[in-house]
Amino acid sequence: MAWPLIRTLPREFHFNFVGLAPFAAIFSALLIVGSGVSFAVQGMNLGIDFVGGTLIEVQTTGPAPIAQLRATLARVGGEDAQVQGLGGPNGAMLRFRPHEGVSAIDATDTVKRELTKTFPGIQFKQVQTVGAKVSGELMKSGFMALGIALLLMLGYIWFRFQLQFGLGAVVAVLHDVLLTLGLLSVMQLEFSMTSIAALLTVIGYSMNEKVITFDRLRENLRKYKTTPLGEVINKSENERLSRTLITGTTAILALSGALFLGGPVLFPLVFTMVFGIIIGTYSSVYVALPIILLWGVRRGDEEATPLKPANARS
Amino acid sequence: MIAPSRWKTIAVVISIIFGVLFTLPNVLPQNMRDALPGFLPKKTLNLGLDLQGGSYLLLEVDTKALRVEKLTNLIEDTRTTLTEAGIDFSGLGQAQGVVSARISDPARMNEALNAVRKGVGSQMKTGGRDVAISTGPDQTIRISLVEQAMTAEAGKAVDQSIEIIRRRIDALGTKEPAIQRQGIDRIAIQAPGESDPEKLKNIIGQTAKLTFQMVDDSVTVAEASQGRTPPGSIVLPSGDDYAPAYVVKKRALVTGEMLTDAYQVFDQQSGGAAVHFQFNSQGAKRFGDATSNGIGKRFAIVLDGKVISAPVINSAITGGSGQITGNFTPESANNLAILLRAGALPAPLIPEQQSTVGSELGADAIKAGAISLAIGGGAILVFIILAYGLFGVFAAIALIVNVLLIFGFMSMTQSTLTFPGIAGLILTLAVAVDANVLIYERVRDEAHAGRTPLAALEHGYQRALVSIIDANITSAISALIMMGFGSGPIRGFAITLLTGVVSSVFTAVIITQLLIGFWYRATKPKTLPIV
Repeated sequence: MAWPLIRTLPREFHFNFVGLAPFAAIFSALLIVGSGVSFAVQGMNLGIDFVGGTLIEVQTTGPAPIAQLRATLARVGGEDAQVQGLGGPNGAMLRFRPHEGVSAIDATDTVKRELTKTFPGIQFKQVQTVGAKVSGELMKSGFMALGIALLLMLGYIWFRFQLQFGLGAVVAVLHDVLLTLGLLSVMQLEFSMTSIAALLTVIGYSMNEKVITFDRLRENLRKYKTTPLGEVINKSENERLSRTLITGTTAILALSGALFLGGPVLFPLVFTMVFGIIIGTYSSVYVALPIILLWGVRRGDEEATPLKPANARS
Repeated sequence: MIAPSRWKTIAVVISIIFGVLFTLPNVLPQNMRDALPGFLPKKTLNLGLDLQGGSYLLLEVDTKALRVEKLTNLIEDTRTTLTEAGIDFSGLGQAQGVVSARISDPARMNEALNAVRKGVGSQMKTGGRDVAISTGPDQTIRISLVEQAMTAEAGKAVDQSIEIIRRRIDALGTKEPAIQRQGIDRIAIQAPGESDPEKLKNIIGQTAKLTFQMVDDSVTVAEASQGRTPPGSIVLPSGDDYAPAYVVKKRALVTGEMLTDAYQVFDQQSGGAAVHFQFNSQGAKRFGDATSNGIGKRFAIVLDGKVISAPVINSAITGGSGQITGNFTPESANNLAILLRAGALPAPLIPEQQSTVGSELGADAIKAGAISLAIGGGAILVFIILAYGLFGVFAAIALIVNVLLIFGFMSMTQSTLTFPGIAGLILTLAVAVDANVLIYERVRDEAHAGRTPLAALEHGYQRALVSIIDANITSAISALIMMGFGSGPIRGFAITLLTGVVSSVFTAVIITQLLIGFWYRATKPKTLPIV
């Protein structure tokens, strides 16, 4: 293999990106429907950040007595009590919500006291409690942050490009967000405040991709004023392909360490990010661009060459 | 643009020095850090609680209780004012947050109104009074709290609470607690290394309002409980769950604010733990007067609405000091002393959120984070060098400086690095390399289009810069929003991301440009290694 590797890549690619768009549209539609079904059937696995309650990670002296832990929790804890093994044979994770009218913090203290009494030598590696009031607010502010991020980016892209670019980008990013949420729902990964951070990062990365895509498209639209839009898109994407491959590979390689060795805390976050990188790259080509292709663009100051009816409208 | 200019060289050298200096303390052991000369930075990264272990507590100031207390005061003020003016009234009380009283003589309505206007409520800082006074049907005077005043009051209560909590926690000896206001009426407390939040809650959860009140012996508790409490008296439970309640006068002789000192002692008679206290001159005088007038009677020591003890006055206590005995252990007596010294909270605090991470788990997280970062960073460096050869080496150097800058800046500003923040950092590095990929791919395009190496480099940098800035602004937008909305770990994540965006653009563009510039000047190549 020649070094640097970049020399082994062909100078030019001739993929028919646009030709695959109808299939991609069906694929995306199926995924979105799948996500919708998953939301409807099993919903999201909402973390205590959003529903309130307590999460306790314990370490017992011997193998964790899951059944007894569950019994203790059911006796003193509260609703939706769950116990599962975590982090080795001696570890377990307990989750519950306080009974109606009991403060989450008080319930936690009661459970901790009871556990210490019932299982001598038990250690609390981690205890997280979120009251009902705060969790409601966190949920609201989390989704508000997502909405505002999308709006601001729409505005920025509109300002830098054209409205249809902005809408194409936002629809594509919405597509990414929906599918990412769908994936979290299908896999029943916990959806917490950290997931919102992961989603916002995914949005940032995806938007980044859209900007790079649009930048090349805009440049080529100026260069090839009379070429049909579909061909310009194909050309732009082929020119960009080597960069897309290298950047995508770098990002996924970089995150692979955290994905496999980051442990259970980091896994949902990094997994969401990796998925977001893949889906964000895909949606640049197969959601954002097709929307622009269907809608048509204003092509600068060229002499009116109505290639498509869509152009004549703008 | 490609030719290395002086300002660019200077900027890069300064940034490298900055990065190295501020990152250095993180890799030095504690004793070497201490030995550094004074002008060098010594701060290490501020690790989040999820990485170093510790407790986090989010408290909300109970503004409802504050409002109730304020209304009670209004009622008492109104009673005093009207009584002093010699105006007869009836039905004094409050309903739905409005205090009202019926003036018995309709002819004295105006007089009563004027008296209340003067005697009830107080001037606000922003101008205007903190109460609104009006007349209602059937000769009533209505007094309500102005919302604006309530908000100001709540804000003041939060500020005072923070101050008092700080004093209490400092007395506890917890290491470097961070106490911050969050939103309008919340207080966030972070105590690194503290593995037992109950200890914190014990000392924060108590209002610690101390009063000395006379015991009302005119009725028995049983009579009072049946609704025959004399006006001006009240039934209070005992602090000891098994002891009977007391009937005490509402008026406080002396309050906790008049204390100058309090500490735990052992009672000489019983040998049990007690709290010794010292009044200021005002408190000493009032306590002295009350005790000399009340020999043989009992006074109650009331803490947060519960009677701790009710000793009989044997002689006048004029020295301004005394002892509180009760059902104390040395520890609880010491806690009470701490609370009394720090002062009473203006309103109760309700814990809303709490988290504790054991130091062991934190250490595991640091290890996992460091390994992830090393693997991620290493993978990027190897891949970029494999892909772009010499230019890849330039990009790799820029990336290393980038890491130094991010760590240096975060150490300098003491921004919190959290576990999720590490994942954010890894992605930031990948996106930073993307800037180089964009530039190099552009350079390749330009060279393939037939430009000379120099022209290809010039054009490549120029054209790619626009895309890079556009793309990074979108990342910056999402980071800024996370900073605005997020709390705790999310904020840390966002700060890492934002710092990364800024330093990435600088290193990926300027540093590689400079290195390529020097390389070009030295070798005058006919072809570029990436073409």
